[in-house]
Amino acid sequence: MTMKQFQYTIKDELGIHARPAGLLVKKASEFKSTVSVDNGTKKGDAKKIMSLMMMAVKQGQTVTFTIEGEDEAAAAEALEAFMKENL
Amino acid sequence: MIICSGKSVLKGVAIGKIYLYKKQEYVLEKKQIEDTEAEIARFELAKETATQQLDSLYHKALEEAGEEQAMIFDVHKMMLDDGDYLDSIRSMIRDDKVNAEYAVSITGDNFSAAFASMDDEYMKARSIDVLDISKRVVNVLAGIVEGGIASESPVILLADDLSPSETVQLDKSKILAFVTKNGSANSHTAILARSMNIPALVKTDVALLEEYNGVQAVVDGIDGTFIINPDEGMAQKMIRKKMDYEKERTELQKLIGKDNVTTDGRRINVYANIGNTQDVDKVLANDAGGIGLFRSEFIYLGRDDYPTEEEQFEIYKEVLSRMGGKKVIIRTLDIGADKQVDYFELPKEENPAMGYRAIRICLDRVNIFKTQLRAIYRASAFGTAAIMFPMIISVSEIQRIKEIVEEVKTELTHEGISFNQVELGIMVETPAAVMVSEELAKEVEFFSIGTNDLTQYTLAIDRQNQSLDNIYDSHHPAVLRMIQMTIENGHKGGAWVGICGELASDTTLTKTFIDMGIDELSVSPTYVLGLRKAIREI
Repeated sequence: MTMKQFQYTIKDELGIHARPAGLLVKKASEFKSTVSVDNGTKKGDAKKIMSLMMMAVKQGQTVTFTIEGEDEAAAAEALEAFMKENL
Repeated sequence: MIICSGKSVLKGVAIGKIYLYKKQEYVLEKKQIEDTEAEIARFELAKETATQQLDSLYHKALEEAGEEQAMIFDVHKMMLDDGDYLDSIRSMIRDDKVNAEYAVSITGDNFSAAFASMDDEYMKARSIDVLDISKRVVNVLAGIVEGGIASESPVILLADDLSPSETVQLDKSKILAFVTKNGSANSHTAILARSMNIPALVKTDVALLEEYNGVQAVVDGIDGTFIINPDEGMAQKMIRKKMDYEKERTELQKLIGKDNVTTDGRRINVYANIGNTQDVDKVLANDAGGIGLFRSEFIYLGRDDYPTEEEQFEIYKEVLSRMGGKKVIIRTLDIGADKQVDYFELPKEENPAMGYRAIRICLDRVNIFKTQLRAIYRASAFGTAAIMFPMIISVSEIQRIKEIVEEVKTELTHEGISFNQVELGIMVETPAAVMVSEELAKEVEFFSIGTNDLTQYTLAIDRQNQSLDNIYDSHHPAVLRMIQMTIENGHKGGAWVGICGELASDTTLTKTFIDMGIDELSVSPTYVLGLRKAIREI
């Protein structure tokens, strides 16, 4: 199986705090693919808010999104757009 | 009968039973469960209820407190739906065969501990949120109703203090009054009491005893007392006080829109004193004819540097626009003496009441003065502004002030900034000003007598000195003759005369002032209607 990946550098000064984490979870949950997030020190699941929050991603950090599943192309596109718009 | 005292937030009297509000604690019990699938189903149902609660809390908070406050409930809802959190609970019930309350509590504690151990202040603080959602689910499972008031009839709510989420959750139709042991005039309880318009006491010296639950009590917001289990005499007295207060309030409300006119046809302006922009609500609610004293000090206090012209302009503009053409008399900066501001770097003085203060500072540091005058003149385009100057003793001072005012007006005209006609007046609060009031009246359009300082300077009694309270007498004939002289000389020189000190609201003197020929009385907003009533009875 293939997979999709993209990287994004956080611009939001609070990093991935509670509110955007929640929105990201909602967005990721729209797809069937698994979405994992990695900031180099910790890995998290973009469909789980606590897991995302516990990564404590800060402004300036680059996170790598790895998307795997039947709708991975659409999911990667939507998530990248979401990150640019919200974080 | 027990009588406690507290700080009253809102006037009024409430009589009813005490409801001791306690944060309910569930005592955790670990139980063996046989039918684990049924227990999981019980958990799912509780989670559903908790989610609905969070939904309605979100909407309630959105309406009552705004988006910022409401957001937390939305985040709680998402946390409650977290896959890892839910998996942990479900597998604990299934594998360890424990009750749902136990599984939720332990899972909540584990996640909370994980957040608490993080090296990030913001995320550390989220540990409370995890505990909160877990507690909510446990409460649903255990049948504990948070913020619920288990009483058929409305009660006097007695509590230590209330958190924002508690004030949002309380069933307000069941509350007659609030009494809190802690809290302040700005606490959530106080804000809620004001918005509900019910009596409330904060910082009350009361013990939160279980035995008070259901006991008859009285909250007297007029005198700041809380009476538990009043005896027959006290109960009767309080019922009368409540009726009197309510009758008086209804009577006074009927005076809204009426004239301040005596039975023999003499008319007086009744204005209100304000100390900040929020006070304008009270001015309008109590139907004052204008603002007779706008203390501008608050703009300068509690900050590190001088307020800019723009900041001041916005504040004056707001007040003037909201008063919709009614007169607003702004008193220029009156600091020094008991009001100190660090960035002014005022020298320490032996006798500040007679020292470097008010207009004396403004005429010495003209730039500060000009900034304020420019801001007021610019704002004058949005209503009817008047300016008065504090602590005047000489004609030369007002002449100098008028020169500065002319400079300001010329500058604004050159800059193409429009402004309206602005009445200029002075505070008469020194015996010197009284003695030369005839000459002063020729220079200004009005006088406003500051009775607090005038009494202090006339009687040579420091009003901060408590050991002199017994001889500090604002009804002293010397003070009253000063007032009389000011009114007569003011009129002779063509100036109208008002009083904006505490004496203005003393209704035992209202007739005396009217007989002396007073034109205006300016009092705290809540006294406006009472004073109107007194005038109409003369």
